[in-house]
Amino acid sequence: MAATTMAKALNAGLRRALENDPKVLLMGEDIGKLGGVFRVTDGLQKDFGEDRVIDSPLAESGIVGTAVGLAMRGYRPVVEIQFDGFVFPAFDQIVAQVAKHNARSSGNTPMPITIRIPYGGGIGAVEHHSESPEAYFAHTAGLRVISPSNAVDAFVMVQQAIACDDPVVFFEPKRRYWDKADVDLSLDAAAAPSPFQARVVRPGTAVTVACYGPMVRTCLEAATAAAAEGTEIEVIDLRSISPLDVTTVADSVRRTGRLVVVHEAPVFLGLGAELAARITEQCFYSLEAPVIRVGGYHSPYPPSRLEEDYLPDLDRVLDAVDRSLAF
Amino acid sequence: MTADGGPELVQLLTPEGERVHHPEYDVDLSDEQLRGLYRDLVLVRRVDSEATALQRQGELGLWAQCIGQEAAQVGSGRALLPGDYAFPTYREHGVAWARGVQPEQLLGLFRGVTNGGWDPHEHNMALYTIVIGDQTLHAVGYAMGVQRDGTDDAVICYFGDGASSQGDVNEAFVFSAVYNAPVVFFCQNNQWAISEPLERQTRIPLYRRADGFGFPGVRVDGNDVLAVLAVTSAALTAAREGQGPTLIEAFTYRMGAHTTSDDPTRYRVAAELEAWKLKDPIERLKVYLARNGWADRDWFASVEDEAEAMAVHLRDACRAMPDPAPTSMFDHVYREPHPLIDTERAEFTAYHASFAGGGH
Repeated sequence: MAATTMAKALNAGLRRALENDPKVLLMGEDIGKLGGVFRVTDGLQKDFGEDRVIDSPLAESGIVGTAVGLAMRGYRPVVEIQFDGFVFPAFDQIVAQVAKHNARSSGNTPMPITIRIPYGGGIGAVEHHSESPEAYFAHTAGLRVISPSNAVDAFVMVQQAIACDDPVVFFEPKRRYWDKADVDLSLDAAAAPSPFQARVVRPGTAVTVACYGPMVRTCLEAATAAAAEGTEIEVIDLRSISPLDVTTVADSVRRTGRLVVVHEAPVFLGLGAELAARITEQCFYSLEAPVIRVGGYHSPYPPSRLEEDYLPDLDRVLDAVDRSLAF
Repeated sequence: MTADGGPELVQLLTPEGERVHHPEYDVDLSDEQLRGLYRDLVLVRRVDSEATALQRQGELGLWAQCIGQEAAQVGSGRALLPGDYAFPTYREHGVAWARGVQPEQLLGLFRGVTNGGWDPHEHNMALYTIVIGDQTLHAVGYAMGVQRDGTDDAVICYFGDGASSQGDVNEAFVFSAVYNAPVVFFCQNNQWAISEPLERQTRIPLYRRADGFGFPGVRVDGNDVLAVLAVTSAALTAAREGQGPTLIEAFTYRMGAHTTSDDPTRYRVAAELEAWKLKDPIERLKVYLARNGWADRDWFASVEDEAEAMAVHLRDACRAMPDPAPTSMFDHVYREPHPLIDTERAEFTAYHASFAGGGH
């Protein structure tokens, strides 16, 4: 095993999917010769040809809309939206067509489409390059929404998303693209745990912190800091936003009695709201404190010089943990 | 823009039923084939009028009428080969007829018992698409799949003059052009996008939009089933032979309302409809058949009888269409297990079972 960045792990996962299934196609802007603006598809067009790794015209709705037709013809398209803030031209095709085709056709026209979207902030980018729009998609029946937090999961989960017969919106935490981990490239993705299940990534007893994507590293760092002061935080990497593995969180909360939910996306009507409601319903008598949410503010994503004030960081997570423990 | 379609209009049968010739396009049909097209037109119009009546009787929530556009739909639909694939809007009842979709299968959507109605792959015809223009990209993607499969199937996609303003339609033009996809864009310009006339969508004839995208555009008399058949066949052949997309503008007229919820008297004058009635797609073929002695009074009467019998069947089939089981709303949302769907289905079932008698 070699230390591999998340970007390279994703590249290896895509390569494996292309090797395993001739119906898998990649499509997106600049994914061919350039290898994508983050180099996630580096070298794939050279090895699999222009018919399978397709540089598309610069039109996001066109990318997703043609993927629908390719899926109807029996293909398994994997499309790349270059940045989170550029997905909105494709919003109609995703929520009105990709999400609904299988139900509309009573199962006759499945949509095994993977929509890869680099998301989130923390890289000092210009406007529209740092957003976290996952709640829009999680709100739509018919879609699955998942996000890996590390290179190992990225390698496995991207293959699982492609193999899934339902459409999957696959959010890649772009600021973690360069984080390294030891990735076993011989891992069989089909035998790995379901990508739609959460994972306890650090056990603890005092408070449960649920997070996903880029916030997992932040929360693990917060847990390390808290442990030094004697507070054992249990960190759960949700991994999947839709479906949401409430069971794993509820099991944890029944032990700790406290829950903090952390995401980069705005708090208002975000995943934290849904999790808070469900945990309140299921664990009402176990809760020692109200569920506390930490996330982005109800403002447009700010200019990058302010993003550290906008994004949840170690201190904001610990502040929320302290407030929970103070009840 | 001219009301008669202008000099570029491809026509093989005049409104008076006179067979004329065009330097580029022709058809060579037997009298039996001509009678077949006439029968198609009459039966499709009868499906349409019966469905309209069923809406008035409260059996359907809505109906999108195709009256006036039968030749555009039947002519293009009959140009398709079995392996070709059609992507409709929600008004292509004549195309559905040509693809072998049973008329009653069109009603489920409008009765509110399904969002679909048929198996797309059984008929090589996608389900009706209600969001304007979305299906044009699906057609291009499907055609890109055909290219990768190396078959000589072609794809046709339908849309209207209003949809020509949609971003997705223009993106479909771009994708098809740069990939040289085997697709025919069939635009039924019926002059009206609900209440908005063509002038609210374009300042050049729609078929000329193709120039800017780099593929051929042609305007055909959409009320002339022979010309539509000829032009569509040629475009499909070009697609099969690797020449890429064609835009066909079928110049026609929406003789009915946009849907049964619409009131065209608020935005267009009666004289316009009267003028278009003189260009009716069915009458001109009837005159042509009769004048040449290829069909007599008895044969025309037999088609009317068949149409009436079909209408009775359609009426009965519509009324017999059951409401779906309530829990079916949870079916097919996902193909793989999904805990939220399972939970909500169970809660829904338990809630209804909680009433005395196990239901409402």
